Amino acid sequence: MSERTERSEGREGVPGGNGMSERTERSEGREGMPDRNGMSERTERGAGRESMPGGNGTGVVGAGAVAGKRVVRPYGDTTGDGMVQVSFTLPVPHDKRAEGAAVQLANRMGIDPAMLVHAKPMSDGFTFFVVYGRVNHLVDLDQVQVVERDFPLLGAKEVNAVVKQRLRRKLSVVGACIGTDAHTVGIDAILNVKGIAGEKGLEYYRELKVTNLGAQVSVPELVEAARRERADAVLVSQVVTQRDAHLHNTREMSAAFREALPAGKRPLLIVGGPRFDETMTAELGVDRIFGRGTTPGEVASYLVHALVTSRKAGA
Amino acid sequence: MSERSIGTARQGGSGKLGLDPVLVGRARELARRAGQPVVDLARSHTTVSVERAVLRLAGVSGADPDGIPWVNRLVDAVVADVGLGHGVALPVFDALAREGVDDVTVLAQEAAAGSVRFVVPSGRAATAARRVSRRAVAAGVRRVDRRRVERERLVRRYGDPVRRPWIYLIVATGDIYEDIPQAQAAARAGADVIAVIRSTGQSLLDYVPEGATREGFAGTYATQENFRLMRAALDETSKELGRYVRLTNYASGLCMPEMATLAGLERLDMMLNDSMYGILFRDINPIRTFVDQRFSRQVHARAGIIINTGEDNYLTTADAVDEAHTVTVSQLLNEFFAHEAGLADWQLGLGHAFEINPDVPESFRLELAHALLARELFPDAPLKWMPPTKHMTGDVFRGNLLDGFFNLVGTMTGQGILLVGMMTEAVVTPWLSDRDIALQNVRYVLGAAGGLHEDFVPAPGGFIQQRANRVLGEAVQLLERIGDQSLLTAIAEGTFGIMKRPADRGKGLAGVARHEAGYYNPATEILEQPA
Repeated sequence: MSERTERSEGREGVPGGNGMSERTERSEGREGMPDRNGMSERTERGAGRESMPGGNGTGVVGAGAVAGKRVVRPYGDTTGDGMVQVSFTLPVPHDKRAEGAAVQLANRMGIDPAMLVHAKPMSDGFTFFVVYGRVNHLVDLDQVQVVERDFPLLGAKEVNAVVKQRLRRKLSVVGACIGTDAHTVGIDAILNVKGIAGEKGLEYYRELKVTNLGAQVSVPELVEAARRERADAVLVSQVVTQRDAHLHNTREMSAAFREALPAGKRPLLIVGGPRFDETMTAELGVDRIFGRGTTPGEVASYLVHALVTSRKAGA
Repeated sequence: MSERSIGTARQGGSGKLGLDPVLVGRARELARRAGQPVVDLARSHTTVSVERAVLRLAGVSGADPDGIPWVNRLVDAVVADVGLGHGVALPVFDALAREGVDDVTVLAQEAAAGSVRFVVPSGRAATAARRVSRRAVAAGVRRVDRRRVERERLVRRYGDPVRRPWIYLIVATGDIYEDIPQAQAAARAGADVIAVIRSTGQSLLDYVPEGATREGFAGTYATQENFRLMRAALDETSKELGRYVRLTNYASGLCMPEMATLAGLERLDMMLNDSMYGILFRDINPIRTFVDQRFSRQVHARAGIIINTGEDNYLTTADAVDEAHTVTVSQLLNEFFAHEAGLADWQLGLGHAFEINPDVPESFRLELAHALLARELFPDAPLKWMPPTKHMTGDVFRGNLLDGFFNLVGTMTGQGILLVGMMTEAVVTPWLSDRDIALQNVRYVLGAAGGLHEDFVPAPGGFIQQRANRVLGEAVQLLERIGDQSLLTAIAEGTFGIMKRPADRGKGLAGVARHEAGYYNPATEILEQPA
């Protein structure tokens, strides 16, 4: 504990602390970094460095990103230093030329100056590099565009608790791959206990009752199963996209549910797959579209949001 | 001398945990009692995949123009005429004699065209069919035997890895021709065992795809041709390195018995083969799984294949501290099922994993206690030690540290097979550099602390001993509960990995049949003969 405190004090308080001077020496030896003393450690935080455009606000960006500063650059150990680290492999044997190539690549990536701190031959004819250096790129936070998730992400325990307390019965989910699509990878990743990327599928949630119909399910079969299982939500996965099969199948599915069940009785319709445009819900007649990289937790959170928490009375 | 030559498998067996031998004996007895009804069930049922495996041993190969294997077409044709409960050997070899065909694959083609009618033969026809089918299947079993002898010869020629644990690395490109150079590079970089990850979803295919394959989802299809290609490539690399490099694939899912058979025919060295994984994690019917399991294990026993069981998976679902005893229970059950099927201790790569949340206080000591417990309960089994996955966050720096501690537990507790952890777990399929860094991690730990197990003796009555004994105690309690209600009921009620899997549900149930009077399976008959 005391050791840790000492170390961090050394870093914060003392300009050119131990770690830093060592690094500077090494980099001088290798790449001829321009004098880093001026940049190191103790520049006045928030004094607005000359290289930061629009640096007239509070100037404190970095860790806290306090209000005011909307243009940021990477933070190494000093505001505005622009320092990044990258590692990569080049398909060349390790020699002087390989190191030069790594520095050149780093330069092209906008890292300038680039400190090549590690180069190691790997396998046959490959070299692994670690590069530290400064990038001049800036990011204007106001220009950043993301599709915001409009529901809170819950853990499995929270999902179970909300369903148990507020729905007071198990939430029934029916899933399938429809049409000729035999690729159950997607629906299995979301539904099977095994899940994906270390996250368990919906079967794992105690308060969800999952019926996975598997591959090549016809739309009438799906509607029938949804009725039988009193589905609160129907999840359909579509991987095959030849001749826009995923779009046709989805439209057929949503139309069938509209025909078979009155609005109040219709389950929430969700489709997922790597090639869907997440904004096409109205066009396809579904409630939600999930794209590539969706996790079971996101789907579960959405189900709770759409079926439990955002509905006033019980479903 | 004798102590050392037994190797690392024994190093934990000297009683570092002070386990109560009476309690250990009771745990084994309870596992036997829980498992025996399942064995009885397996002995009185067959499945389409068991019957297809029999046909593969009898020499049926290839697939129709749609890629459906002839073994599937033939079994389907027999089932359509006489059902599955008599087994396919007698109806098929009876038809062979009646049709005057001498190649079973040709018969399959004719049957698929609808020109063969199957009956269950009786009297002299039955005796003849029995004799001929047994001869055909025995030829297949001899091929498996020859591959085993060949392995033993190559291991003698090229040698085994000089130290334990064996280093186990994964390739997973989806393209067998991309897997091969990656596997060879991994072997050169130090891997002793190469596992080719299977395409997602193959476990639910009720047929084995044919031929070399170049596209899969997050893995490569397991096919006989892919097995052959990879084994041949690793034989070259073994020769080059002067060290026999082992090859692993999966005997799991709906085609488990056929996978085991193909592995035996193509000299694979290890197979993932868990007694309950398919039931719990793939929702495959429990009876289907247990019947397929038993047959696949009999084949593995014969082929000299080391099985790897899947206990690590429970810990990715359930809490690795609270549910640690379910791993022990599953290991004991896997051991019972394995012994019953004829597998020897050296073939039992019982699984367990480093999956405790690193934020839990003393998590490393808990890991040590659990790993040492497995080591001491199964002193002669190689044990497969699986790296952290659940608490790998994408923070590759922390991940690499965690993997280092995982490696340290592996060497301190004498694990036999160490699956190399990747700091990019859950981020990307491993890059060349990820693998290199991961192997560097393993080499450092084994180099710096490879003999630490000699000095590592937990304090009597200390944290590690107490924890291990507590887990064993909880395992015995769970086994007692299972014993009262049978394993199938326990699975139905969600005892393992939380999933509830009733015996009359799940995938592949349609492919299960109870033996009719006169059921005959020449493969089982041969495999159950004392060697």
